Amino acid sequence: MVDISLSGAPQSVQTIQSSYMAQVQRRRLYSGLTLLIFVILMVSGFNIADDRNAGGFWNGLHQVGDYPADVLSEAWKKRADLPALMVKYFPALIETINIAAVSTLIGAIGGLFLSLLGTRGLAKWPRLIPLFRRISDIMRAVPEIVIALVLIFVLGGGPVPAMIAIAIHTAGALAKMFSEVSENTDLKAVEGLSSTGATWLQRMLLGVLPQVAPNYVSYTLLRFEINIRASAILGFVGAGGLGYELRNAMAWGPGRFDEAAAIFILLFGTIVFFDQVSSRYRNKLTDGQTH
Amino acid sequence: MTAIDLDTTKLAADRLFQRKRLMGFSIPAVILAYLTYIFFAFDLPGLAERANMDNAVTLVSDSWSHKVHVTRDNRSGEISYAVEGERKGRYPEGARPAWVTGDEVITIDLGGDHIVRYLSDNRTEIEIPDFPLIEVQAEGRALTTNLPDDLPDWISASNRRIGITTPEGRITLTGARTEVFNYFPGWELFWFTLDSPYHGQSLSKILFGERVDPVRSNISGAISDWWNNAMWRHKDVAWAIGETILMAFLGTMGAAIIALPLGFLAAKRFSPIMILRAATRRLFDFVRGVDALIWTVVLARAFGPGPLTGALAILITDTGTFGKIFSEALENVDQKQIEGVSSTGAKPLQRYRFGVIPQLVPVLLAQILYFLESNTRSATIIGAITGGGIGLMLTQAIQTQKDWEEVAYYIVLIIAMVMFMDWLSGWLRGKLIGRKD
Repeated sequence: MVDISLSGAPQSVQTIQSSYMAQVQRRRLYSGLTLLIFVILMVSGFNIADDRNAGGFWNGLHQVGDYPADVLSEAWKKRADLPALMVKYFPALIETINIAAVSTLIGAIGGLFLSLLGTRGLAKWPRLIPLFRRISDIMRAVPEIVIALVLIFVLGGGPVPAMIAIAIHTAGALAKMFSEVSENTDLKAVEGLSSTGATWLQRMLLGVLPQVAPNYVSYTLLRFEINIRASAILGFVGAGGLGYELRNAMAWGPGRFDEAAAIFILLFGTIVFFDQVSSRYRNKLTDGQTH
Repeated sequence: MTAIDLDTTKLAADRLFQRKRLMGFSIPAVILAYLTYIFFAFDLPGLAERANMDNAVTLVSDSWSHKVHVTRDNRSGEISYAVEGERKGRYPEGARPAWVTGDEVITIDLGGDHIVRYLSDNRTEIEIPDFPLIEVQAEGRALTTNLPDDLPDWISASNRRIGITTPEGRITLTGARTEVFNYFPGWELFWFTLDSPYHGQSLSKILFGERVDPVRSNISGAISDWWNNAMWRHKDVAWAIGETILMAFLGTMGAAIIALPLGFLAAKRFSPIMILRAATRRLFDFVRGVDALIWTVVLARAFGPGPLTGALAILITDTGTFGKIFSEALENVDQKQIEGVSSTGAKPLQRYRFGVIPQLVPVLLAQILYFLESNTRSATIIGAITGGGIGLMLTQAIQTQKDWEEVAYYIVLIIAMVMFMDWLSGWLRGKLIGRKD
């Protein structure tokens, strides 16, 4: 034994070293190749996108500042009107926030049920778990704009199509995040409750929800931030709110840039405000969890 | 002492319960109150009036069926047959659907004993079961009919225009033209348009049979005819999906490349200068707060509509998001590894390369891949605003308000595309950083 290992030792160190070097080289080759493919993809992708764009990148680059400069200079000239304009567009802002809030609320409730019905161990009908998961996958995959545009055709413009569209997407997205959390719930509480003869709803309400509530609320707040942006964007395609006003103000062009600027400021302020508030609360919620 | 303690504890517990009970009722109450407010703020009671149920019916029935138009031009007497009434779906000269017969008198059999006859001198006869024979004569811009005064609700008639809607099909008559729409399930001409020799051939014949078109081999001919299908525009649709994915890819990756060095600048541990750090963070907050919508609007002015504008809008917004995430990840980097590396005499750059980057990569990749998927969805939406990709095709198809089967097709494709990107990013994540559990 000793003999073998003594005579074998230098050899094996050498083999280990050479195989290690070979491995390192192979790794380098692979990562080099990956990097090369990535660079090729980026460069050719950029060229294709540049080709298919109406204006070229290099021609447009020095004009990037023109439009903001026009808007800002006009807004600066009429800066006395800005507060009045902000008051004028405040109802639109409220509508945008309301769309986001309602759809987050409805989406969270929908996502809650979808996630509970699609989690192993918690589902009311275990056989239907795949069905509920597919439903939430599909709801998550549909971009809001698809549903919004179709509903605008049927229901006419206004906040309701946007609300439904965002709620559907939110339900799907939250269902996924929720079920990741609820997969890790402690089932003992649920078992204890079911031994007392609690119904499914009671087991979920009293056994699961208290465990997962901080995470759920945190995800829901994050979603609310995202939904404010989404609701502004959907307004732009005709679903009411600040986005709709922005499109109208922009379609007018010079002369109403002060209105566009007022809307820009409102939108920017709202997004930043809710980002800050929600991230503070989210930190609080997840902090409380570690204690 | 203990008795007092017990009492205070009990009191505290009672208060806690009371508060919980209050919360248990007040939270649902607040939600309910808010929803009631929304109910009126969004004018839901008025929605029923504004909603157009006819639109909904057209949308649903058109999305899975198609119609063939049989049109008589009452001025020239010419009769044309076209799928969806479009030029691209026109039957070639001399060909017509099998349910149309006759030369002098054109008989259109809609099925279920509903028969329309185009007679000479712009006369039309319509046979509908359990209803007297309808005769219509078009003269100039006016119509004369034998319709009674009290009409069932499936007929609308004036002396300029008559519309008849039956379960088998629809008939509209005006002075200028007489049109019959016959409905069929399915997406007609999805594979080949009527002018392609491969239309109506079975798959096995195309694959294994004799040459349909003497000039081309069957498979390449069929693929090229399908690819260039003027009705469904498979080529343009494929390009549009490519553009959308390209926007997401360029935007996400570009943002990651820009955000990585900036993330170092914003992290306390790696950037000792306070002002620089604060400035970088404010920059992140700013580009994130401005939001993709406004970036799209601003950039579209400079670069015009197209995929590049969308990619840049995603890039700028996500630079802020990534910068924030990366700098947070950098602050949480474990110092021990860096110390270990520097104990070997590594220079600062090497310390970053071997002490920091390996800790950072999993977080980074996970975020990038997650955003790649979510940006595919954003790219669809931005495309609808700035004009590029599948988002634009979808908005155009919806705005024309007639090609609902195309809208359905695009929706299916978009969902498939997003689900594919979701799967791809999950698969790549698994390959690159291993499964989470």
